[in-house]
Amino acid sequence: MQSMKKVIGSIEFGILSPQEIRKMSAAEITVPDTYDDDGYPIEGGLMDKRLGVIDPGLRCETCGARAGECPGHFGHVELARPIIHVGFAKTIHRVLESTCRECGRIKLTDEEIEEYTHKFEVMGDRKKAKDRLIKEIHKKAKERMVCPHCGAPQFPIKFERPTIYWELRKDEEGNEYRHRMMPSEVRDRLEKIPDKDLPLLGLHPEKARPEWMVLTVLPVPPVTMRPSITLESGIRAEDDLTHKLVDIIRINNRLKSNIEAGAPQLIIEDLWDLLQYHVTTYINNETSGIPPAKHKSGRPLKTLSQRLKGKEGRFRGNLSGKRVNFSARTVISPDPMISINEVGVPLAVAMELTVPEKVTEFNFEKLKQRVLNGPEKYPGANYVIDPEGRRIRLMENNLEIIAEKLDLGWTVERHLEDGDIVLFNRQPSLHRMSIMAHRVRVMPYKTFRLNLAVCPPYNADFDGDEMNLHVPQTEEAQAEAKILMEVQNHIISPRYGGPLIAGMQDHISGGYLLTREGAYFTRSEVEQMLMFAGVDVGELPKPDKVENGVELWSGKTIFSLLLPGDLTIWYRNKLCDDPERCETLERLIEEKLVPDEEEVKKLAYDGFTYILNGKLLSGVVDKKAYGREDGKLLDLIVREYGVERARQFLDQVTKLTIWVITHRGFTTAIDDEDLPVEALDRIREIIREAEERVNRLIEAYKNGELEPLPGKTLEETLESNIMAVLAEARDNAGKVAERYLGMTNHAVIMAKTGARGKMLNITQMAAMLGQQSIRGKRLYRGYRGRVLTHFKPGDLGAKARGFVTNSYKSGLTPQEYFFHAMGGREGLVDTAVRTAQSGYMQRRLINALQDLKVDYDGTVRDPTGIIVQFRYGEDGVDPMKSWQGKTVDVDRVIIRTLLKVRGGGE
Amino acid sequence: MATKKEFNVFAHELVPEHRVLSEEERETLLRKYRIKISQLPQIKASDPAVVALDAKPGDVIEIKRKSPTAGYYYYYRLVVED
Repeated sequence: MQSMKKVIGSIEFGILSPQEIRKMSAAEITVPDTYDDDGYPIEGGLMDKRLGVIDPGLRCETCGARAGECPGHFGHVELARPIIHVGFAKTIHRVLESTCRECGRIKLTDEEIEEYTHKFEVMGDRKKAKDRLIKEIHKKAKERMVCPHCGAPQFPIKFERPTIYWELRKDEEGNEYRHRMMPSEVRDRLEKIPDKDLPLLGLHPEKARPEWMVLTVLPVPPVTMRPSITLESGIRAEDDLTHKLVDIIRINNRLKSNIEAGAPQLIIEDLWDLLQYHVTTYINNETSGIPPAKHKSGRPLKTLSQRLKGKEGRFRGNLSGKRVNFSARTVISPDPMISINEVGVPLAVAMELTVPEKVTEFNFEKLKQRVLNGPEKYPGANYVIDPEGRRIRLMENNLEIIAEKLDLGWTVERHLEDGDIVLFNRQPSLHRMSIMAHRVRVMPYKTFRLNLAVCPPYNADFDGDEMNLHVPQTEEAQAEAKILMEVQNHIISPRYGGPLIAGMQDHISGGYLLTREGAYFTRSEVEQMLMFAGVDVGELPKPDKVENGVELWSGKTIFSLLLPGDLTIWYRNKLCDDPERCETLERLIEEKLVPDEEEVKKLAYDGFTYILNGKLLSGVVDKKAYGREDGKLLDLIVREYGVERARQFLDQVTKLTIWVITHRGFTTAIDDEDLPVEALDRIREIIREAEERVNRLIEAYKNGELEPLPGKTLEETLESNIMAVLAEARDNAGKVAERYLGMTNHAVIMAKTGARGKMLNITQMAAMLGQQSIRGKRLYRGYRGRVLTHFKPGDLGAKARGFVTNSYKSGLTPQEYFFHAMGGREGLVDTAVRTAQSGYMQRRLINALQDLKVDYDGTVRDPTGIIVQFRYGEDGVDPMKSWQGKTVDVDRVIIRTLLKVRGGGE
Repeated sequence: MATKKEFNVFAHELVPEHRVLSEEERETLLRKYRIKISQLPQIKASDPAVVALDAKPGDVIEIKRKSPTAGYYYYYRLVVED
């Protein structure tokens, strides 16, 4: 298919004039019928061959093309009497009210005209302001009962929906009476309005004369727009629009003959109104005030306006969004072995989707083989396109013939193959990371496979989620996707300037297990894990120590193999619970910049990560290294070594840590929450003390000894005091639990490294649940003066108001269980309400901002060129490419320079 | 009631500096951004700051705002009728 090289410069909207309608018409339609008895289109009928053809075999009488090629041509109907266009009924009313009934001028004085004209000029293209001014002019002109130009008296005009106008006239004696303005009279008045007054009415003299809003000629849309369908029984069913047009023409003919026969005015007016009804419903069958035109079966007809309106209408359903080819949708499942920028595509999908590849001397042999394989055998092809642009479908019987003919200038639509670029998307597409470009990996089975690290940007999980895949068809589209949309370009989130695609859960726990102090691995283990992670080091570094004749490598050494050779960074990680040790290390590094390795080793501490020239010297890697939102190490690699290096690092580090965690074995079970008897005793003691203190507070309150806090009532004071005591009790219980649960405990490892969960969750499992609350208050609702009948009315004690002293492990009492359910319910309601609210807010924001863009001069403008910001973000910085919101991180630049100068080694 | 108390909006710390641009400055601004005057953001003539400056519709106001990202940030608004 040869494309026409034309560019749309601008689009203009206007009202069709009768002359224009006649000019674009291919035929006048006068017969209210479609096909004759033989099923042949009637001349002058609604299926006239001059309007285009839909039946195969016939030729269009206007352009000579066959069905399918002929785009169709408009026809027209000459209306016997003018008809109001319902879509403009309101505008017509406004214009009638604003203009003089005698001379047609706008009812404003010359000074006012000049003033408003000036205002329009100043305003420019702001629609809102324009609409407001037009409304103001209308209001002013409407109230003027004497024309300022010709002095003729004016009458109010009443508009009766949908298309009737009354003039409330007065005769000489002052008696009021109503005069029905027929469309012809309306049209006469509109014709009188001079061009120069039109801009003030919001109309354009050349593109929208007011009298064109009253129809004298009705365009008949081409048959291609309203095709008839032949049912299996052989009966022809016409389109709704055709039905409506038949009605219009029939009544129009009746009206015409009645006028010619000189029928009484009453009959003519009845027919006129009937014609008005048909034209009105033809344009909009949901006009209020008139019954909708119905099909024989009682179903309302779908006429012009119904075709455009609503979600399934032409705009939202066919133009803003449409069904597309070269796309696929299926369930997703995880595959940690593929790269983050890959997507596993089922073989069945790969054989259905195609990429057009032009035949060149470089790929000739390859493509010939694809053609020979054909559509049934995997790396094959489904179609070829010859130099004339003909598409030829490949089938078992023509493979060899076509493969023989294949030559330069042909195009082969070959199956999707490994390495092809595709777009991958999950709804709701809330941000730009919801559609990213991936490389294809063709795989068996029937699901799309994706790396776990790209779940966060898509907000995907594998509980049955489905995703869509699209194949870009041109080289331009593929290049654009590759450059702008590939996954690695989106590792850093533009929202908070930290990694969005990052290690998670087991990657973090595994990283800790690998790099913590005392983690050593044998040669075979090291070789296995590096092979698994796809790290090619050639030769292993020297072993860190030899024990009983066995060479051992520390996890830190292995991890360092993944890092760029000149990377230097230090920071306190999540395990830092001894600020003094961190500080000494910090001071040492900052003073010397390139300190002695042995010196560092002496001070080395799990809580302080220090990487010097690509060697992990101190500390573990945890969420702060390559986790979501605060992965400093990953962040640094992206910024200083580029996205490709970051992708490689992320792929390797996730695989390496997965190997470590699977081979060491990592699980959490109920015995992770086991506490020794003395710890449980201590917790019981804490609870007893807290309850006692609460009781003392209540006692003090009852005796009136409680001092109210500033700005609080006595009751509020008591509540907040009790809450503080109970919160402290839970914290203390948590601390006790923490003391007995060390880093050998898997649940603690997960919480401390940031892999999953918080220490609070462990406290609740092992020690106690603590206070349940609704809206930040202790529970109080239920029965009169008590939450449950198990307590005395008015009991303010800890247990009666939702303080749960048991842990998940020890098990809750029935009352505690109920309190917990109360608190839990609030959480559920909150999430439900919050998602709905934030979704709506997001929609509103996007609707308001979607058309703004940053211009080449750095300004933010709307599509009409109105400036919103004189400099994007006030400083012109792209948050995704900035250093914590700054254009440059000066400290970092200094450190890098100094490192180079002082000999970072390599 | 007593006479309305004198209140200077610019004395308030949350109100940024406002200034009316001269004819020349206005032309430079329009040329710099290659815009028509109607493409500027607008401010109503009834805005307290505009009233205090005694600016008329058609004037352009320069607002010197404090910005968390850029230190100071200049914004321009066309005074329009209420």
